Amino acid sequence: MTTTTATQWIEACDADDVDAEDVIRFDHGGQTYAIYRSPDDEYFATDGLCTHEQIHLADGLVMDHIIECPKHNGRFDYRTGQAKGAPVCVNLKTYPVRIDGGKILIGLA
Amino acid sequence: MATRDSFIVIGAGEAGARAATALREEGFTGAVTIIGDEPHAPYERPPLSKTALTDDAEPQAATILSPERRAEHGITLRTDTRVLSIDRGAHRIALSGGEELAYDRLLLATGARARQVSVDGLARDAVLTLRTFDEARALRSRLRPGLRLAILGGGFIGLELAAAARARGAEVTVIELAPRLLARAVPADLAAIVAARHAAEGVTLRTGTGIDRIETAEGGRTLVLSNGERIACDAIVAGIGALPETDLAARAGLALDNGVAVDAHLATTDPDIFAAGDCCSFPHALYDGRRLRLEAWRNAQDQGSAAARGMLGAREPYAAVPWFWSDQYDITLQIAGLPDEGAETITRDLGDGARLDFHLAEDGRLVAASAVGPNGRIARDVRLGEMLIAKRAHPDRAALADPAVKLKGLLAG
Ligand SMILES: Cc1cc2nc3c(=O)[nH]c(=O)nc-3n(C[C@H](O)[C@H](O)[C@H](O)COP(=O)(O)OP(=O)(O)OC[C@H]3O[C@@H](n4cnc5c(N)ncnc54)[C@H](O)[C@@H]3O)c2cc1C
Ligand code: FES
Repeated sequence: MTTTTATQWIEACDADDVDAEDVIRFDHGGQTYAIYRSPDDEYFATDGLCTHEQIHLADGLVMDHIIECPKHNGRFDYRTGQAKGAPVCVNLKTYPVRIDGGKILIGLA
Repeated sequence: MATRDSFIVIGAGEAGARAATALREEGFTGAVTIIGDEPHAPYERPPLSKTALTDDAEPQAATILSPERRAEHGITLRTDTRVLSIDRGAHRIALSGGEELAYDRLLLATGARARQVSVDGLARDAVLTLRTFDEARALRSRLRPGLRLAILGGGFIGLELAAAARARGAEVTVIELAPRLLARAVPADLAAIVAARHAAEGVTLRTGTGIDRIETAEGGRTLVLSNGERIACDAIVAGIGALPETDLAARAGLALDNGVAVDAHLATTDPDIFAAGDCCSFPHALYDGRRLRLEAWRNAQDQGSAAARGMLGAREPYAAVPWFWSDQYDITLQIAGLPDEGAETITRDLGDGARLDFHLAEDGRLVAASAVGPNGRIARDVRLGEMLIAKRAHPDRAALADPAVKLKGLLAG
């Protein structure tokens, strides 16, 4: 028996809601996510909470392709979710993003 | 460095763990050994005065160097072992078990220990301190509704403990010798906001007074303050600062100056021995070489990494902007830079009761940013402030004061 989990595309916000090199928070289905717009206008999405302590990353600072946690400055590459060193050592989960008619959709499995 | 070289880190705390990891990240292939006298692998101290006291679940030491990471990096850890002495001539150290180890380079990452009080009528163990995980666990087991807790010292540890103890229903009195709370590291305006919050949470604050004596009777103790006031209590905790752990360095004849004295590359007066973290004082490149000793978590990490590079021969002066935070109730304090270097303060209102002060030197250079409020409100601007400080920027005063001006825009200038 096989189970297929189709990706569900959820509308998160308008593309304009996120400034370049910035991040906003998006809550859905009891979960919290962070949606990023890179300096070169690409969009990305990750889990919303830091993997060190449960802190909302959307309050943090985006510099290039790095999101820095607002609590103890743990750093992640938001394109891949990779943790970039102490105090964070667990990677962030990432989600696919699609833009459709000026809306940002994120793909939740 | 030759691959057979042996580097030994003394002190299995934040700086030591970070240094050992950084040695590997920098490509060092010799032996890396960390020796620590606590029974635990290196763990985070900041939660000890926060969630470790308030969480419903029994706390676990939050390890920062897991067995997997040690295996991955080939780092040997010896816990429960104290380094007793350093023989610099022979390049050997003596351990508490009687063993001796040879080293090529050493890092002193011995941290600091809680200062003890000496008051008449007081057995040494009658006053608790909070520095280690085991002390936090002991303290936690005593916190219960109605406990009358007296905290000596209105610094960070005392105030975080006060907030945690209130959350656990204790009745709390904080006694501070200085005329105000947080006198050492926090500007008066921000400290006043913190003090008001503690008062609103029901903490009794007594500033500008010391302890004259402690009377012990059945049913508890009574603190007699130097102003004559009597405070009955069931438990006493001292949060009156920490002393750098310098015994080893002193006996080895290394220079001391409010800690193990190191140069801009974190080397001691012996070129094969470095020091990092709470135990050392260093000249800060951003502040005209002013000698500082910091007791801050990020400094311990940054200096751990920097000392590792220094041990491998790098020659970059340490210039990271000092930064620390404190959590009390649902508010956070964050301070970047050195507020006491400032001659002028510019305030930015961040909303939700959050406030950020920029401290400018006489020539208009930004030397510090200090803030209090919900963490999510203050963190980003303090971080940008920190970057401006690192750049030795002279930002426009009106732009700093106006919350509508994005600080990121000032960085490019
Ligand atoms: C309760 C508490 C709360 C804190 N909260 C914050 C906070 O909110 N924000 C912040 O910025 N900072 C905070 N700090 C400060 C921060 O934790 C310290 O700055 C940091 O731990 C310093 O790291 P270190 O490696 O220099 O020293 P330590 O972490 O103290 O480690 C030194 C280790 O060396 C061991 N040692 C000493 N001598 C020897 C010897 N001869 N042989 C073997 N081992 C030895 C010690 O036992 C200790 O385990 C807090 C500290 C405490 C205690
Ligand atoms: S909570 Fe994110 S770095 Fe600590």
